[in-house]
Amino acid sequence: MTTNKRGFAQQLWDFFCSLKLTIFLLIGLALTSIIGTVIQQGPQRDYLATLSETKIRIYSALGFFDMYHSWWFILLLYMLTLNLICCSIKRLPRVWKIVFEPVFVMDERFEKTLPNVKELKLKGSKTELKEKVASFLKGEFAEPVITEQGGDYHLFAQKNPLSRLGVYVVHLSIIIIFIGALIGSFFGYKAYVNIPEGGSISTVEMRSGQQIPLGYEVRCEKFSVDFYDTGAPKEFKSILTVLENGQPVKGYLNVPIIVNDPLTYKGITFYQSSYGQLDEGVMYRISVRDRTGGAPIQLKVRQGERVALPGGAYLSVMEATQNVRPFMREFDGPGAQVEFTPAGGRPQPFVVLSEKYQSFNAQHGGDLIITFDGMDQKFFTGLQVAKDPGVWVVWLGCFLMVIGICMAFFMSHKRVWARISDDGVTLGGSASKNPAGFDMSFDELAQKLNKV
Amino acid sequence: MSSSMLFNVTMIAYMVSTVIFFAFLASRTKAVGLAGTYAALFGFVVQTVAIGMRWKESYDQGHGHAPLSNLFESVVFFSWTIILIFLILDFKYKYHAIGFFVVPFALFGMAWAQLGLDSGIEPLVPALQSNWLVYHVITCFLGYAAFAVACGISIMYLLREKLEQNGGNSPAGGMLSMFPSIKILDDLNYKAIMVGFPLLTLGIVTGAAWANYAWGTYWSWDPKETWSLIVWFVYAAFLHARITRGWVGRRAAILSIVGFAATIFCYLGVNLLLSGLHSYGK
Repeated sequence: MTTNKRGFAQQLWDFFCSLKLTIFLLIGLALTSIIGTVIQQGPQRDYLATLSETKIRIYSALGFFDMYHSWWFILLLYMLTLNLICCSIKRLPRVWKIVFEPVFVMDERFEKTLPNVKELKLKGSKTELKEKVASFLKGEFAEPVITEQGGDYHLFAQKNPLSRLGVYVVHLSIIIIFIGALIGSFFGYKAYVNIPEGGSISTVEMRSGQQIPLGYEVRCEKFSVDFYDTGAPKEFKSILTVLENGQPVKGYLNVPIIVNDPLTYKGITFYQSSYGQLDEGVMYRISVRDRTGGAPIQLKVRQGERVALPGGAYLSVMEATQNVRPFMREFDGPGAQVEFTPAGGRPQPFVVLSEKYQSFNAQHGGDLIITFDGMDQKFFTGLQVAKDPGVWVVWLGCFLMVIGICMAFFMSHKRVWARISDDGVTLGGSASKNPAGFDMSFDELAQKLNKV
Repeated sequence: MSSSMLFNVTMIAYMVSTVIFFAFLASRTKAVGLAGTYAALFGFVVQTVAIGMRWKESYDQGHGHAPLSNLFESVVFFSWTIILIFLILDFKYKYHAIGFFVVPFALFGMAWAQLGLDSGIEPLVPALQSNWLVYHVITCFLGYAAFAVACGISIMYLLREKLEQNGGNSPAGGMLSMFPSIKILDDLNYKAIMVGFPLLTLGIVTGAAWANYAWGTYWSWDPKETWSLIVWFVYAAFLHARITRGWVGRRAAILSIVGFAATIFCYLGVNLLLSGLHSYGK
């Protein structure tokens, strides 16, 4: 009974120590991850409408709509973690010994296990040779450790012993990244908030609808959006102020934030994410001037509002934009589509532009010249709000991963032994990587030593 | 002279290089192989100048930015990195035959960019206005390029292995004799991936850092992110397979080709077929 139990535990251990499991899990994760890139995650209603009912039932049963958080995907990740922990536990002690308890003495039995061995014909007493080889190794390779045994001298020198630990650094880094992600998911949140210009908020909303109090207030002083000549957006900018007990916090008054430049206060970060127009009142600024001269009249109108002009005409603004370039390539600046009704005439629709296109504006309007001076628009800014105390743990993991990969890939643990006995000098060597390359440098080392 | 003209010269140079490499395989003359490498090197130098000029042209237009911001620029840069990695490999190991399997990737990229893609210089939208763009794109594409080279080498491996199984009597046998031995091809495949994997890792990390800085979340399972992780999984499997018995050679070559197919899907398929945050390819 006990042997059976132990047998099972042993089997389980072997199962989780197996590299085949690693390959299976990595390829399994790669294949299953594809699903979530094909099926929309957190599906919208119109996406669901394109699927048949059976499909929807199957997909939701398998967790495909939130695939990367489904129990089986998480299970695969846990299995991978367990697998790499077990593999590391199994293999690390042996590697640790090679790194920190090196073999100083190359006896004949150990010599047979080495891939590179060379007998050197050097003349001199053993003590002389010891000094010679030691200073040679120090100059050409690394400082040797000298052991005297049975009248013979044994020299051992090594380079980059820590490179053998690179792979375990990578394994550790993956665990650290997972820990960082867990910290973030337990103690952090992602939320969203809209703030109208001039307004302030003290809570933000998670995707689940849950309201989270910030513990302070954030006010949006102003939002602006800039465009390139092509009509593509150039900059979204919010001016924010942080308020504690209704008072602006020092250093957090009128802070501009743009995409790629967020604001962080007390561990909570606000990212420029979206914007929109407030429903209440866009005001269009129009000036009207008589062709024969005189001071212009300034008007402020709402969309669709019909205003009386001097001389019995009427004007209403149908729609307007801050920049006409996307619609009229030769022009830029503000522009408005207006409907002008001369006294006793029929309504005429046309476009008016800013002050600098006077001759364009003069084409219409009868006795009057109408100019569009711009619009006073009220926006709200949409901010992504995130708190993630685990993010530095994740960066630590990422840093270790890159370091570990470079250690494991680009550094080789090279070892060289020399035995100085009555038979002469025997040189032995091995490297943890690139045996062909080490063959060459080992031969070169032996040749140089022969000439010393 | 404009960058566009120089990109045409680059494309022709890569075409000439491919033809010379073919002649090298057919003629089995070492000097011809060297000529192929020099043609590629010439194209590379011209392309480097052209990319520099395009960078300057964007400043002349008043919205200067590194030429790494749209599909045209990324395809051109991808070609450049492929040739860069190939030239390093060629100068180090001098196996010119590899050129015939790697330079065509760069040629195809240049041809597609010049003939099929919009080469207009656009100003940067707010999401791309960050220094992370440069770090992220350079590391990712150097990684992709190393995988492209590994893929070319793996194709050679499979061809050569097939030939050896057939006893080497087929008419193509003569050409294949210029290939390095399958043991060397296997090793070069591994070496190329050893270069690509850390770069891809850095590319994913810089992407995560940038996403965290711009959106407040370092990982959101966006299709592009997910596909980069899929590529990472495939090559991680490749690296672990190396130390498992029975997974060197043929299976490693196949895994390397699958890895590059996933890389290409990550680069192009995601933009052209799926929706997500990396919509510059639309």
